[in-house]
Amino acid sequence: MSKAVKAPASRTASAVRLSGVSKAFGSGASALLALDDVSLDVRPGEFVCLLGASGCGKSTLLNLVADLDKASAGTIDKGDARVALMFQEPALFPWLTVSGNLELALRQRGVPRAERKARASELLASVHLSGFEKKRPHQLSGGMRQRVALARALALTESQGDERPTLLLMDEPFGALDAMTRDLLHDELERIWRERELSVLFVTHNVREAVRLGDRVVLLSSRPGRVIQEFPVEFPRPRRIDSPDVATLAATITDRLKEEVSRHGS
Amino acid sequence: MVLEQQEKSGGIQRQIAGLDALELTAGKKKNPLVRVWSALWPIMTAVLISLAAWELVVLSGWREPWVLPGPREVVPVFFEVVATGTFWDAVALTMQRALVGFALAVLIGGTIGALVSQSWVLRRAFGSLITGLQTMPSIAWFPLAILLFKLSESAILFVVVLGAAPSIANGLIAGVDYTPPILLRVGQTMGLTGFARYRHLIIPASLPSFVAGLKQGWAFAWRSLMAGELLVIIGKQSIGTLLHFSREVSDTAEMIAVMVIILIIGILVDQLFGVVDRAIRSRWGLQRVGD
Repeated sequence: MSKAVKAPASRTASAVRLSGVSKAFGSGASALLALDDVSLDVRPGEFVCLLGASGCGKSTLLNLVADLDKASAGTIDKGDARVALMFQEPALFPWLTVSGNLELALRQRGVPRAERKARASELLASVHLSGFEKKRPHQLSGGMRQRVALARALALTESQGDERPTLLLMDEPFGALDAMTRDLLHDELERIWRERELSVLFVTHNVREAVRLGDRVVLLSSRPGRVIQEFPVEFPRPRRIDSPDVATLAATITDRLKEEVSRHGS
Repeated sequence: MVLEQQEKSGGIQRQIAGLDALELTAGKKKNPLVRVWSALWPIMTAVLISLAAWELVVLSGWREPWVLPGPREVVPVFFEVVATGTFWDAVALTMQRALVGFALAVLIGGTIGALVSQSWVLRRAFGSLITGLQTMPSIAWFPLAILLFKLSESAILFVVVLGAAPSIANGLIAGVDYTPPILLRVGQTMGLTGFARYRHLIIPASLPSFVAGLKQGWAFAWRSLMAGELLVIIGKQSIGTLLHFSREVSDTAEMIAVMVIILIIGILVDQLFGVVDRAIRSRWGLQRVGD
C-alpha cells in the first residue's frame, strides 16, 4: 500500500533515501541507541562513503538498508532498487565452486538454469577471474575471493532487461586486504561502478579510502551514530590514494573525526 | 585520452594477474604409489608393534600358552577361519544386521536431529537428553530389549538403533547450530528462504558435522551389535556366535582370531567414513597440515 503513495519523482531522484532513521537495541533504560535520526540520500549512480569511528553504527545502517534488520524509527525508501550487500569477509559458500557460488546468486535472481553458467563466466571476466570457474574458494587468495564476492554481489543486482537501479552496499569490503591488493581493487571497483552505473553505499573507517572512492564522504558520530558533516569530493577520477588532493582532504576529515572521537574521552 | 585509458586498464589487468599468480601456491600432486605407502606404513608399524608386544607377553610366561596363545599360533588359525564358508555366512549375517540397524538409525536419528535443530524449545527440552542417551552404555538396554522383543532379531536391532541414533542426531544438530552466521546473513541477502535455504545453505553447511556424527554412530552401532550378538544367541551363525562358541570350547586361538576380525571390520568401515570426511575437507579447504 505504501507503494501507491510514493511519488515517482522521488524514485528517480535517489537510489535510496533514509529519513530520520533511528535504531535502538534492547529496550527501556538499558536500550542502546545505535543510530539517531540519520537522514541520507544516495542519488542513482552516486558513490557515497560512510565514515566513522568505532560504534558509529555504520554496519547497523547497512543492515537496515539491506532489510537484515528493522529500523526503530524513520523510513528507508529504496524505490524499486535492487540491493546487494558485500561484507569484509568474502563469505563464499565453501561447498560450491567459484562458478557455483555465482550461479546460486543468479538462481535467486530468477535467471533460468540454462543461462547461469554463461552469465557466471561473464561476471568472473568482469572481475578479471576468467578461468577460475571450477576452483574452490579456498584455492584463491584473499583478494581473489573478495573479487568473487563482488561478482556475486553483481550477480544479485543483474538486470533482467528492466531499468531498475541497482544499489551496492559494501561493509568495509577491503578492510582485510593488504595495501597493494586494496589499491588495485579500488581501481576495479571504480571501473565496475562506472560501467554498470551502480549506486554505491560504502562503509569504511579508512579516511583515505573514502576520499579515493567517494563522490561524497558522509561523516558519522559515534554512540549514537548521527550524520555530523558531509564532504563532497570534487577532484577528477581516476584518483590515486597517495595523491596530494586526496591527502589534503583526508587530513581535514581526519581532524574532524578526531574532534568527534575526543568528545567521548572527556 | 582513450588510448591512455586503455593502456591504464591494461596495466591494471596485468598487475592483478601478476598479484594473483604470486598469491596462488601451486598445489603439488603426489605420486599415487607414494600416497598408498604413506597411508600404509603407519598401519603396518602399528600392527608389528602390537604383534611384538603380544608375543612378549606370551613369552614372559604370564599365562599358560593354551590360555593365551601367541601370534604365531593365532595367525594360522586366523587364515583357517577366514577360509571356511561358515565364517563368511556369519560375516554376512552380522553385516546385514549392522547395515539394517545403521540405516534405521540414520533415518530415525536424522529425523529427530532435523526436528530438534528446528525448534528452540525442542532443543532445550531434548538436547541434553540426546547427549545423555549417547553416553548410555548400549549393553544396559538389553534387559529391556529382551523383555520387549524376547531373544529375537528385533531385540538386537532395537539396541543397535538406540546406540547409533543419538550420535547421528547430535551430529546434525551441531551442524545446523554451527552454520557460520556470516553465511546465514549472505543467504538472507540472497533471499534464500524456506526449503531453498535448507537445500542450498543449511544442509551443505552441516554436512561435515553430520558425517562426523555418522562415523561416531557407526562406532556405537558396531559395539552394540557385538554386545547383542553375544547376549542374544539365536540359532544362526554370526560373528558374535563364533566368538561365543570358541570360548565355550576353550579354543582361545580361534576366539582371538575372531576378535581380530571384529577389529578389522570396525577399522575398515571407519576408514570408509574417513574417506568421505577427507573428501569433504579437501573440497572445503579444511584439511589439516600434513593430510
